Amino acid sequence: MTQATNWTPVCALTDIAPNTGVCALVNGQQVALFRLADSEAVYAIGNYDPAGKANVLSRGLIADLDGVLSVASPLYKQHYCLKSGNCQEDETLSVPTYEVRLNEGQIEVAA
Amino acid sequence: MSKQRVVVVGNGMVGHKYIETLLESDLRDQFEITTFSEEPRVAYDRVHLSSYFENGDADSLALTTLAFYQDNGVKVHLGDKVVGIDLEAKQLTSEKGETIGYDKLVLATGSYPFVPPIEGNDRDNCFVYRTIEDLEAMTAAAKDAKVGVVVGGGLLGLEAAKAVKDMGLQAHVVEFAPRLMAVQVDEGGGALLQSKIEELGVGVHTSKATSKIVAGEDCLHRMEFADGEHLETDMILFSAGIRPQDELARSSGLTVGPRGGIEINNQCLTSDPDVYAIGECALWNNRIFGLVAPGYQMAKIAAGHLVEEIAQSGELHSFTGADMSTKLKLMGVDVASIGDAHGTTPGANVYTYFDQPSQVYKKIVVDDKNEKLLGAVLIGDAEDYGTLLQYMLNGIHLPEFPDTLILPQRGDDTQTGLGVAALPETAQICSCHDVSKGDIRAAMDAGCCSVGDVKTETKAATGCGGCAALLTNLVNHELEERGVEVNHDLCEHFPYTRQEIYHLVRVGNIKSFAELLEKHGTGHGCEICKPAVGSIMASCWNEYVLKDEHIGLQDTNDIYLGNMQKDGTYSIVPRVAGGEITADKLIVLGEVAKEYGLYTKITGGQRIDLFGAQLHELPLIWKQLVDAGFETGHAYGKSLRTVKSCVGSTWCRYGVDDSVGLAIEVEDRYKGLRSPHKIKFAVSGCTRECAEAQCKDVGIIATENGWNMYVCGNGGMKPRHADLFATDLDKATLIKYIDRFLMFYIRTADRLQRTSVWFDNLEGGMDYLKDVIINDSLGLGEELEAEMASNIDTYQCEWATTLEDPEKLKRFSHFINSDATDSEVVFVEERGQIRPANETEKSELIAKAS
Repeated sequence: MTQATNWTPVCALTDIAPNTGVCALVNGQQVALFRLADSEAVYAIGNYDPAGKANVLSRGLIADLDGVLSVASPLYKQHYCLKSGNCQEDETLSVPTYEVRLNEGQIEVAA
Repeated sequence: MSKQRVVVVGNGMVGHKYIETLLESDLRDQFEITTFSEEPRVAYDRVHLSSYFENGDADSLALTTLAFYQDNGVKVHLGDKVVGIDLEAKQLTSEKGETIGYDKLVLATGSYPFVPPIEGNDRDNCFVYRTIEDLEAMTAAAKDAKVGVVVGGGLLGLEAAKAVKDMGLQAHVVEFAPRLMAVQVDEGGGALLQSKIEELGVGVHTSKATSKIVAGEDCLHRMEFADGEHLETDMILFSAGIRPQDELARSSGLTVGPRGGIEINNQCLTSDPDVYAIGECALWNNRIFGLVAPGYQMAKIAAGHLVEEIAQSGELHSFTGADMSTKLKLMGVDVASIGDAHGTTPGANVYTYFDQPSQVYKKIVVDDKNEKLLGAVLIGDAEDYGTLLQYMLNGIHLPEFPDTLILPQRGDDTQTGLGVAALPETAQICSCHDVSKGDIRAAMDAGCCSVGDVKTETKAATGCGGCAALLTNLVNHELEERGVEVNHDLCEHFPYTRQEIYHLVRVGNIKSFAELLEKHGTGHGCEICKPAVGSIMASCWNEYVLKDEHIGLQDTNDIYLGNMQKDGTYSIVPRVAGGEITADKLIVLGEVAKEYGLYTKITGGQRIDLFGAQLHELPLIWKQLVDAGFETGHAYGKSLRTVKSCVGSTWCRYGVDDSVGLAIEVEDRYKGLRSPHKIKFAVSGCTRECAEAQCKDVGIIATENGWNMYVCGNGGMKPRHADLFATDLDKATLIKYIDRFLMFYIRTADRLQRTSVWFDNLEGGMDYLKDVIINDSLGLGEELEAEMASNIDTYQCEWATTLEDPEKLKRFSHFINSDATDSEVVFVEERGQIRPANETEKSELIAKAS
């Protein structure tokens, strides 16, 4: 992903309540965005939960497990790492991750 | 080898235990089991017969079902009495004319109540106290009666007197001996017991021999006593002991004792090698055992003997007598008797402690060397029962001054409690279910690590509950021994239990997760602590759950105020308090469901669930519902769900009180209350219990005199029958108790712990809970009520609040940057409604579309 990154603006940082997620439609893909409290850190992973087989990850709880930030799927509570996309409970499962940046308060995603 | 035909005569508690034991054995397929019962129903719990008067429900006493027998291939002949045995031909004949052969015969015919040969004992409204049919007859007679007399002041007699009193009659006990419970209790204990029972409004007449029963002047009967006095009554209950039911054995030629009872050896075999006798009909060593525990023991030994005979395992168990110690609560009075209560052993020494102001009497009987405990009597306070029983049963060496065992501990230097470490492996901890210390250790080896786990696994402390304190001690001791430091921390972010966090929040006036984390935790939190803290904050401060500082704490359902289904869509459940709904509102629900194409289903909690709503539809649907007068049903929250009700006295021919009215009032009172787990209520308008209140966290049943309150029931995966908490309450008291009960649960339960599990782990059990709630033993009553009042005052319909906040409504859209919807949500039609498409259907539909 080093070649000409195609950034798509999706929403303002303040559109996401701290410590929650939203889902954005970026080039036909469902991307789950998560905003941490008291920081400008935003993470982007696929919204599709391969264990629960539904587009729901943006609606999960953000969890800190031994320092690894994950989202717990709202369906069956599998944890997906916000950085790597790997599923903690089942190593055969993972979700895609996307580059994300803040540009003057706007969140932009490369997908 | 062909199957062994085993016939069990009598389907009481012991007969049933025998069958159960055979069915549990590895050789169960070797047996073809048949059982006869002269009663019209299968085995039920005769020990707790008087609870029939509390809930009027014969089914709740049942120990088994006909279906269980049928599923296990047991042939059952109900309402048919065996009248003849041909030992030579190995054949039985029954009253209905059945003739069947047997290979092995088991007599579990029990006993019959002894009715003293008094002139007039066959008059109307003279009963015995043995079967459900007896109780039904008594209940019918009590309707026109004012006074009831129980003849016999033994254990069962006093139980019966309580039943008479509970039926609203003026109750009396007439006893031939000079004191109550003459077999188990000594003179001092008997006197105290008598005064306590008299205080409860029951007349006690000891040293009274009834000479005849004649027609009364004010009442139906007049009982004339040998001393010239008399007593008038409308109803008489004979409870003057039992006699073994040995007629069948006697007439068939089996050896019976001179004073009755079928003689058996240590393997429970009678004089015929193919016939066993067990339970109260059996005579072992010239003794009849009138308690259920020895009967169960015999059932197991007799079944074990038969299994052994086939398996040839060489394992022979013997009946070696039984301990007749008992502990019970008679009309609220603790009574316990252990071993040689009267000190009849030669050389025995006695220590007595009598505290008149507190109404406590304790006595221990020790051997001539002051080394072993032989017996004990406890009245008014039976807490020492477990410890003393272990001393007696295991021959544990007494402390230097044995009286320290019963003297109150006032200083801090006297630690007399028996260390559980001192108990041998074989020590029986629970006598109801015959669970030894070794069994409990084995259960813990296999992974149980709490009292609740051990109870579930071994059944210990689930009978009379008398051993609960001892069990808790043992489990804690074992955990310590194993070096298990039980970690009750909520999660890696908070080194506290839920209960501790609750206090930290309450006392520290903490209003946000961030503040709590900063002061008492580490890291960023997780899906364990966040919802738990969110729930605690809501229970304490009852703020809007989607407020900015709380929204990130809400779990799957709360965060969108709906119930997420497998495909990521939501279901919607408006509140229908008490299950009462107008035609107009029903029409609104139908119209909304139709407009949005929702699947509709009636829930178990008497409401209507609308499925298949997508995120962006939730506010649109709720706008229509709120406009029509609906409120959120909190189906998504760990909070009060529903108060189910039957239609009650307003319409029902049998209704005693207005169950719907109360249900609505209670549901409106507690709606929105966030708690460690969901809470369900039900209110029934009479003892027929159509609302099934006894499987709810709080169950309320109307009685002639008010409301009975049940607590800590549960349906679901692990059903638990609710426990009767208080009877005949007026509404104000009922509400007060529920306020306190709920807040006490919210304060002390673990996360996601229903009241049933919470209760099973509550040290001190029901007595403790009653003490806290009814007697206010912790002085918390007003505080708990005030906390509840604050919750009620700050109630809001979360959907009404959300609809007024455009910022919050923004979240209700599948995409933050598009009005498109989720293409993965696909429905197909089934039985005229939508359902989520399965994987195959989805790929077919998507292929067709492209």
